[in-house]
Amino acid sequence: MKSFKNHFSLVIALVSILFSIQIFIVVDRTMEAYKQNLANNYSIIIISQKKLQDKEIVEVSDLIDSVNELSADNVIERLNSGITEKNKELLKLTLPKFYKLTLTQYPSPNQIQKLRENLLKIKSVKKIEDFSHNHDTTYKLLLLFKTVVFVFAIVVFIVTTLLIFKELRIWQFKHNERMSIMALFGAPIWLRSAVLFRLAIVDAIIAGIITFGLFVYISSAPLVQEQFKNLSINIVIFDVVDDATTLFGASMTLSIILALMIVIGHKEEV
Amino acid sequence: MDKVIMAQDLSLSYSNDETIINKANFSIDSGSFIFITGASGSGKSTLLKSLYGSLKPKQGSLIVGGVELRGVTTSKLNFLRRHIGIVFQDYKLVKEWTIEKNIMLPLIINGYEKGVTQNQVDSLLKHVRLKHQSGKYPLELSGGEQQRVAMARALAHNPILILADEPTGNLDDYSSQLIWNLLEGANEQLNTTVIVVTHNIPRNLNVDYKHFNIEYGSINEVI
Repeated sequence: MKSFKNHFSLVIALVSILFSIQIFIVVDRTMEAYKQNLANNYSIIIISQKKLQDKEIVEVSDLIDSVNELSADNVIERLNSGITEKNKELLKLTLPKFYKLTLTQYPSPNQIQKLRENLLKIKSVKKIEDFSHNHDTTYKLLLLFKTVVFVFAIVVFIVTTLLIFKELRIWQFKHNERMSIMALFGAPIWLRSAVLFRLAIVDAIIAGIITFGLFVYISSAPLVQEQFKNLSINIVIFDVVDDATTLFGASMTLSIILALMIVIGHKEEV
Repeated sequence: MDKVIMAQDLSLSYSNDETIINKANFSIDSGSFIFITGASGSGKSTLLKSLYGSLKPKQGSLIVGGVELRGVTTSKLNFLRRHIGIVFQDYKLVKEWTIEKNIMLPLIINGYEKGVTQNQVDSLLKHVRLKHQSGKYPLELSGGEQQRVAMARALAHNPILILADEPTGNLDDYSSQLIWNLLEGANEQLNTTVIVVTHNIPRNLNVDYKHFNIEYGSINEVI
């Protein structure tokens, strides 16, 4: 019971911190996936008076992922009102060329503007349709979402810092007396702090295991999976290798920093 | 005879304003039994603190066990403290450790082997009549019992010097007698130097002792 009490307070603080970190990772991952979804569905149409080589267009910007020439048949089909086959062929020759560009990422309005300017530098390009109005609205929404996540991160950081400092005060109070007594009998600093570091490492491992278990369960919960399915987002909620490494690393770093701060701030009380 | 403590023009103070011990000169022979008395606030405990290096001399020189404490480094101070046993009026036991582990502390610090450590602790627990309570925590014991644990801890590593600050101040007769017997035993059998700060020197002591009195910042031997 006594041992459980010793570990409980720091484990709870660490689990809260690790939980927040993992939530932030999931939110960030969701946002990236959503952004990728948008990028996949977003394209720019350019109209050129003469046929262009794909390479010629791709070289304009790193943003351009692929170029597809749109068939003129669809346009002619729409105009089909008794045009003869011969005239159709003639019309095909006189019609400008349409190209659909897909991008590597969802661009910002500035990036679109720059891309537009660069594309217009190709002499034969006469018109560019970038669907800027729709894009702007979606981009602003994304920006808002990003800001919310950023604010969330700041709140997590503040709460984390407060939790750590609260824990620091408790630990200082708890361990100072023992460390002072050990110092009176000539214990070197490593021996005085050994208990503290052992406690910190054990607590870090316990907190890591609890958070790991929690997220393994959450990531496999049907309710959570359904929510992501509804958003048409397919992400890994908890990566058992990468995320677990991040969580255990963060947990270990935080508790060792905490122990170090106590050792550095320790004043002999006699 | 070897000197275990030598003070020359020793001045002690907590701040720059008030000097508690003023230019004191004294020396203590190895293996002697010393009482330091004085009125409340005279500087008895302050002097004791300076002997285990918790208060550095403001002026002069203080050599304990061959270590000059003025400007002493942490590693040298740790080395010295590993050869001193200290008994405090408020015991200073680690509350979250069993009394057995508390007694073991100086042995662990001094790097004794586990087997030796256990034998020594068992023997000391018998001496202080607490063998049956070895697994208890300090707060589960009475004041007298806690002081006996503190006494056992101070003796555990066979120190060259024992410093005791009012060791029987709040104790019952039985515990007080046990503490004095242990201090006498250490002094007679192990030739350990014992320095006790107290208000009252016990009458039924079986050892030769020296008596220093502190008054108005001066330390004088009472003959």
